[in-house]
Amino acid sequence: MKKAEIDTRLPAIKFDHVSFSYDSHAVLEDVSFSINHGDFLGIIGPNGGGKTTLLKLCLGLLRPKKGKVEIYGKEPVKMRKILGYIPQNPNPNPNFPVSVLDVVLMGRISHSKPGKRFRRDDYESAKEALSRVGMAEFLDSPIEKLSGGQRQRVFLARALATEPKILLLDEPTTGIDAPSQSMLFELLKELNSQMTIVLVTHDTIVISRYIKTVACVNQRVFLHEEGKITQQMLDATYQCPVDLIAHGVPHRVFDEHNHVKKNKEDK
Amino acid sequence: MVDLLNYEFMRNALAAGILIGISCGVVGSFVVVNRAVFLAGGIAHAAYGGIGLAFLCGFSPFLGATLFALFSSTLLGVAIQRWDQRLDTVIGVLWATGMALGTILIDLSPGYHKDVMSYLFGSILAVSRPDLYFMLALDILILTIIGTYYKEFLAISFDTEFAMTVGLPVKLFQFLFLWLVGLAVVMMIRVVGLILVIALFSIPPNIAETFTSSLKTIIIYGSFFAIVFCTLGLVISYYFNLSSGATIVMIAAITYLVFLSLKDLAYKSRQIQQ
Repeated sequence: MKKAEIDTRLPAIKFDHVSFSYDSHAVLEDVSFSINHGDFLGIIGPNGGGKTTLLKLCLGLLRPKKGKVEIYGKEPVKMRKILGYIPQNPNPNPNFPVSVLDVVLMGRISHSKPGKRFRRDDYESAKEALSRVGMAEFLDSPIEKLSGGQRQRVFLARALATEPKILLLDEPTTGIDAPSQSMLFELLKELNSQMTIVLVTHDTIVISRYIKTVACVNQRVFLHEEGKITQQMLDATYQCPVDLIAHGVPHRVFDEHNHVKKNKEDK
Repeated sequence: MVDLLNYEFMRNALAAGILIGISCGVVGSFVVVNRAVFLAGGIAHAAYGGIGLAFLCGFSPFLGATLFALFSSTLLGVAIQRWDQRLDTVIGVLWATGMALGTILIDLSPGYHKDVMSYLFGSILAVSRPDLYFMLALDILILTIIGTYYKEFLAISFDTEFAMTVGLPVKLFQFLFLWLVGLAVVMMIRVVGLILVIALFSIPPNIAETFTSSLKTIIIYGSFFAIVFCTLGLVISYYFNLSSGATIVMIAAITYLVFLSLKDLAYKSRQIQQ
């Protein structure tokens, strides 16, 4: 199947006055921001602040109650082919009888026809994705035999096998060992030259080292888009989640360190 | 043993055992990896309502069971998508209500119904030649659908959310899967009985899982074990004049226990060696 054409001059992700609630519980309120093609966005914020909801809106898994989400100017559902996703708990079923290769092949479904077998280029693409994350030798291993870190790399390979233009990761380092973590982030840095990356994380050190733009999410979204790491941004990054969790009074915190509610196209 | 094959009812029952074994292995493996054993149980018990309705209105209990199984599959499909957090409650309600409805409808039906027991626990006398053709058709349907959409079913069973992000119509496949479970249940009612269906769904794939960690192989081994259990169970139930379903399930359960103990022993001896 043909790859979806994208216009990289348009914002990779754009939220236009988006609100979302589960029943009557507001999760995101009047959120507007946009990030450009090639950005590396880190999303931080307190638990329950709406980070995962934000990702799911990008993926079209959830629809906004108000406002509009656009991926390169189009509806997320139509752009799924260019979106690669690593869910927060990607393996709720760790004893599932399936091999590493089969899992990565699942990323090829959007490229293959329904009801047809995977073709040779699907297999090649899956194997390439596996060697990219350093898991080529585990091709035939059952997924249940892998460590948490190895498993996470397989899920990254599955997301890469979709050949995404935007990679969305929801706390990918939760519960994995330190070497796997740094390997994952080095890889993301490398991948960033080819794709836009959106990373939900609690790991503030990672933010300071790898990320180009930071978004603090707590019902609203505050974007820090300094091109390089500044002391102010580090402060903001460290303070943001900590203070939010500690006080639960977002605006006091935000006032202190000068958040800008940013809209890139307003510039 | 050979003299058994002289009886037509026995030939039918054994052929039914093979046809059931195939659908059991295929559908049961997906039921097990989706952790949907009780969902399948709910569908099976709800089908009793349809059997009761058939008794009262005087049409084929097979048809009644099919209608009710498909209806409850659809209801559960809606429940999965709307009330996932309370799915166990929905299953429980459906399970008991189906049985209650069936019992009341049979009470209301004129005459004495001694063959009701055969729908609950299975009977080797129950399978007619048209039943066999119906079972064969269902087997072909199940194998065609699962065979064609294997990669889609696998992806959705493994990680529903990711399957959605690659653009699969997840809801549609969930309904399709539940309908297949419903049809497989109806097939099994004749020989195994609706109360015992879940054992034959879950035990063969679980035994298969001790040999392999590939779903495809689990399906093949699972079908093989289900066929063996059905055949053995039918033969034994004939010689000892027992309910066929109960005998099949006891054989399956004993085999399962043996395999679990062997697996445990193998694991322990490996630990001692290390």
